[in-house]
Amino acid sequence: MKRARQAQIVRRLFLIGCSIFAAIFVLASDQPVVRIEPTDSVGPRTLEKQTETAVIRDYLKAWRGLSAALEQNSADLLDRDFVGTAREKLAGTVQDQAKLGIQARYLDDTHDIQLVFYSPEGLSIQLVDTVEYDMQLLDHEKIQTTQHVRARYVAVLTPTEVQWKVRMFQAESE
Amino acid sequence: MRSRLSILFASLIWIASAQAVAQTNGLRLPKTIEAGTAFSIPSTGSGKAVLYIVGPGQVLRREVQLGEPAAFASGDLHNAGHYLIVLVGGSSTENGAFDVTAANQPAALSFIARPSRLPVDLHDGISGVAYVFDRFQNLVLQPTQVSFQLSGAAGVPQMRTVLTRHGVAWTKMDSASKEGAAQFEARVGNAEGKRVIQQVPGDPCRLRMNARASGQRMTLETEPVRDCAGNAVPDGTIVTFTETYTGGEATVDVPLKRGIARTEMPAYNGATLSVATGVVLGNEIHWGKGQ
Repeated sequence: MKRARQAQIVRRLFLIGCSIFAAIFVLASDQPVVRIEPTDSVGPRTLEKQTETAVIRDYLKAWRGLSAALEQNSADLLDRDFVGTAREKLAGTVQDQAKLGIQARYLDDTHDIQLVFYSPEGLSIQLVDTVEYDMQLLDHEKIQTTQHVRARYVAVLTPTEVQWKVRMFQAESE
Repeated sequence: MRSRLSILFASLIWIASAQAVAQTNGLRLPKTIEAGTAFSIPSTGSGKAVLYIVGPGQVLRREVQLGEPAAFASGDLHNAGHYLIVLVGGSSTENGAFDVTAANQPAALSFIARPSRLPVDLHDGISGVAYVFDRFQNLVLQPTQVSFQLSGAAGVPQMRTVLTRHGVAWTKMDSASKEGAAQFEARVGNAEGKRVIQQVPGDPCRLRMNARASGQRMTLETEPVRDCAGNAVPDGTIVTFTETYTGGEATVDVPLKRGIARTEMPAYNGATLSVATGVVLGNEIHWGKGQ
């Protein structure tokens, strides 16, 4: 009896220790690791460094917006970073999730981004991102699963008044 | 940061409390499914379970009977992307994943043509970009041939066939040598996009003027102003006449009317007259006795 109790205490302490260690690890690596592939040629238009930086900054921000929208089931959170087809489709997912009582938490760990096309008139820029993220599924606030995912996304961004917004966002087979 | 931590803690608690849960990863799933097609997911065991298909593009939840395949009708899963499949039964959770790819048949084009107005005879002056979609507005990432054609009232149509890369194809075309509207078209399968490009005369190619006496004054008049392809430069284009004489200079800006610019200036003996429009300089006339 006493032995079982001791084992239980040791197990609890072990779990707490793991949690603290993991929390320290997570706090130290809050931002996703981002790798940018060299962009010698992205098609018909020369890509300035400033444009490249802005596009990647806004794309990564869009991931945070996506994550917040799908976790809180709030389509309004997509407005800052998404337009057009991408916004419509993601908003559809948010609506379906809310209807079904589902939440999905997407946490991007790493991005390996390559800019692949900059249109001649400068109105669209396309990138391919091999992204690794954790997805946690909750049904009526009960965790159903947590999965580590690796997927390749194709995104098309277009310029708006003050930033680039994601117009197309779609995963493809690796 | 808060959500990252909450996921982590929740995961640890979930892992710790779910010792009895076996993750067999035993779901037999296809690697890819074409968007909008019917499919089924087989399961083993008995009892009831909940099947989730989750991705940023779409989410589905179905209550299923274990041991029977869960059938999905055509159109149920229509957004291309990477999906996680989770089957939660009474005592087990099975996970899997598959990709939904765009339908093979392109159904729509997003066609951007620039500029809408440009001078004639410009090499690679017109650009066209086409994004190819299926009927569910998924970007068709399989290489697909897009045909571009630029045709105007005169001349032979320019045609190019370009293979898409990551769902996009682009080309550049020359503007025609004659002014007028041209139709720029992109086509893939039954889908097409059309844009009208207005081709306007370019800069004047050659500028010549004549001068004749008119009492104490002289009348200056250009020959019809045309671009290098022979198109009349639009009325309203400003032509500048300059007269330089001893002790002074006079300048007159005149808009083209019916392709010609005309003005009167004081007639000073020994004056030099010049004419210009835009970056083009015309001939000079030295006004003297007897003219």
